[in-house]
Amino acid sequence: MAVTMAQAINQALKDAMGADDRVLMFGEDVGRLGGVFRVTDGLQEMFGEERCFDTPLAESGIIGTAIGLAMYGYRPIAEMQFDGFTYPAFEQIVSHLAKMPNRSRGTVKLPVTVRIPFGGGIGAVEHHSESPEAYWAHTAGLKVFTPGTPEDGYSMMREAIESDDPVIFLEPKRRYWMKSDQQLPVTTQPAREAVVRREGTDVSVFCYGPMVRTAMEAADAAADEGWSLEIVDLRSLAPLDTASIVASVKRTGRAIVVHEAARNLGLGAEIAARIQEGAFYHLEAPVLRATGFDTPYPPAKLEEYWLPDVDRILDAVERSLAY
Amino acid sequence: MSEPTTEPSAPTDRPDGAEEVDPLTWLPADEPVHLVDADGTYHEDPDHPLDLTDEQLRELYRLMVVTRKVDREAINLQRQGQLGVYASCMGQEAAQVGSAYALGTDDWIFPSYRELGAALVREVDAAGLLHLYRGTWLSDHDPYEHNFALMSIPIGTQALHATGFAMGAKFDGKPIVAMTYFGDGGTSEGDPHEAMTFAGVMRSPVIFFVQNNQYAISVPLAKQTAAPTLAHKAIGYGLPGRRCDGNDVLATYAVTRRAVERARAGHGPTFIEAMTYRMEAHTTSDDPSRYRTKEELDAAALTDPIARMRNFLTKRDLYDAELETAIDDQAKATATYVRAGIYDAPHGDPMELFEHVYTDPRGHFEDQVAQLRAELDSAGDAEGQG
Repeated sequence: MAVTMAQAINQALKDAMGADDRVLMFGEDVGRLGGVFRVTDGLQEMFGEERCFDTPLAESGIIGTAIGLAMYGYRPIAEMQFDGFTYPAFEQIVSHLAKMPNRSRGTVKLPVTVRIPFGGGIGAVEHHSESPEAYWAHTAGLKVFTPGTPEDGYSMMREAIESDDPVIFLEPKRRYWMKSDQQLPVTTQPAREAVVRREGTDVSVFCYGPMVRTAMEAADAAADEGWSLEIVDLRSLAPLDTASIVASVKRTGRAIVVHEAARNLGLGAEIAARIQEGAFYHLEAPVLRATGFDTPYPPAKLEEYWLPDVDRILDAVERSLAY
Repeated sequence: MSEPTTEPSAPTDRPDGAEEVDPLTWLPADEPVHLVDADGTYHEDPDHPLDLTDEQLRELYRLMVVTRKVDREAINLQRQGQLGVYASCMGQEAAQVGSAYALGTDDWIFPSYRELGAALVREVDAAGLLHLYRGTWLSDHDPYEHNFALMSIPIGTQALHATGFAMGAKFDGKPIVAMTYFGDGGTSEGDPHEAMTFAGVMRSPVIFFVQNNQYAISVPLAKQTAAPTLAHKAIGYGLPGRRCDGNDVLATYAVTRRAVERARAGHGPTFIEAMTYRMEAHTTSDDPSRYRTKEELDAAALTDPIARMRNFLTKRDLYDAELETAIDDQAKATATYVRAGIYDAPHGDPMELFEHVYTDPRGHFEDQVAQLRAELDSAGDAEGQG
């Protein structure tokens, strides 16, 4: 039976809560409603109101109390309802969640998982389609995971909950309905390892989260042009699997980074820097980026012009091959 | 799935939190709770009976004296270049010592950066605390050893940690209370509001203890709020707001004690506003002569919490030359200990920068660890050659 990304994450939450009664799930509308994307569906019924509960509508409060609960000994999973509403919690995440273990010289552990549906492509009203991953990846003390497949949705979520380090778990909301025939539970590679989703010889394409499927579609289309793309799903944005990135570029000699987030100072900039440090003499072309534009996220009717798609990736491939 | 046909029910009233009260009783009384005058005269208050032994009364005094001595020592250490900066709690000893003393040993404290007095009640190593200000490391105590969280500099943010911790204690069925300190300025920040909202809804066993020391650096209370008092804010979150004379250690103790009992009985959070005065600068980097007058300081000195408690003890024949000597000696010894721990203390091990960032650091900064090690080795070699 096919399972969607949302169902896979839901199953991971259920299994984690069943395995360890210190695991709590809370946020806005996650209880009775089961979350606006139904990712927490059934949890309150299964585990009661003290294990899965609705909080007041206050994101800083959700993260700040998650920190206190973690200090007490719980393993909180906190949901931010949408990417664009994480900003009220920015201070708690950056000044406390990320730093407190270090400030305390390791005496305080904060095994908090912050679930954030992120990215665009669903025709949402403004503030519901953002890609804030660079903020989190830039912040020392956080791990940042984003699954590109339902299998990873399950396995990486289990890993995030079991991690003693705080994890920002970015759920690609446009892929919530993406299906797989995989039976759950499933254990995939550790999140810190990038995975080659498709081997290729001409150009390495580095992608994550919602862009994994787009990049795979681009690889199909590229094959029609006679171009062989290697698709690398990064999975973890902090840490980044530099070794796998460099190894892929050494095989192909060309690299393109794809993300929805705006180009300026996005993950692509960091990945390009690591590639030129690690594979300088193997490069046949500059590292190129196929990303969102350096503008605020557009209104829904214009998002198709803003978001990177198969054409934007193929255009980058063509430019890369032209060197 | 069919739509529910009935009106949504009211939020579940948990039996342990059931408290039928007139919300108007959550408003603060007209006058702050005050038990001892400046000259030491004690006023009985049936709502706040004096339940302390003579030894405990002396102990409160001793803790305040030691706090002031260490506080003064910290200012001296800063003047001598030994601390980068220091935030004095002079004048607030009664607010901190009395409230912290009202907690049980299993209860937790979530301080701001000015809570030396509360830390000393918890027997946190005073020299260790000051390493934050020296820049040796970002903290030097294990919160779980003292049930005293790390000092928190971003204003008011720790209120949420206390609230979350108290939620956890309640889920866990343990009679543990969490208390957080912030200041009058902190009541303008968002996080204490969110904390009180959460605590009110969840009926968490948490106490919001506000030291209203009249100033947020240079900005006076009148520019911080238009509320009648800070304690009036509490009713908006569904919790009682209480006020006390923050320079009266018996009042801060008694009011906090009631809040602790309320929390432990399952009735939820309390907001306490302790009226006090920051007798020193905001920090050693501040120049308060730019925003307050000598007359104001002279008037504040008359409300000194330590002199008041000494007068109280004297009137009760609990204070004599012998006690004075013993307490002074102990205060001096603690200050000497702090000085010895801080003065010319070596900085931390640079390699420790990487040690506590992650429990699983794989993939994060191996190359940078190697880089710093190489830089240190090369600096060491250069020194060897010199």
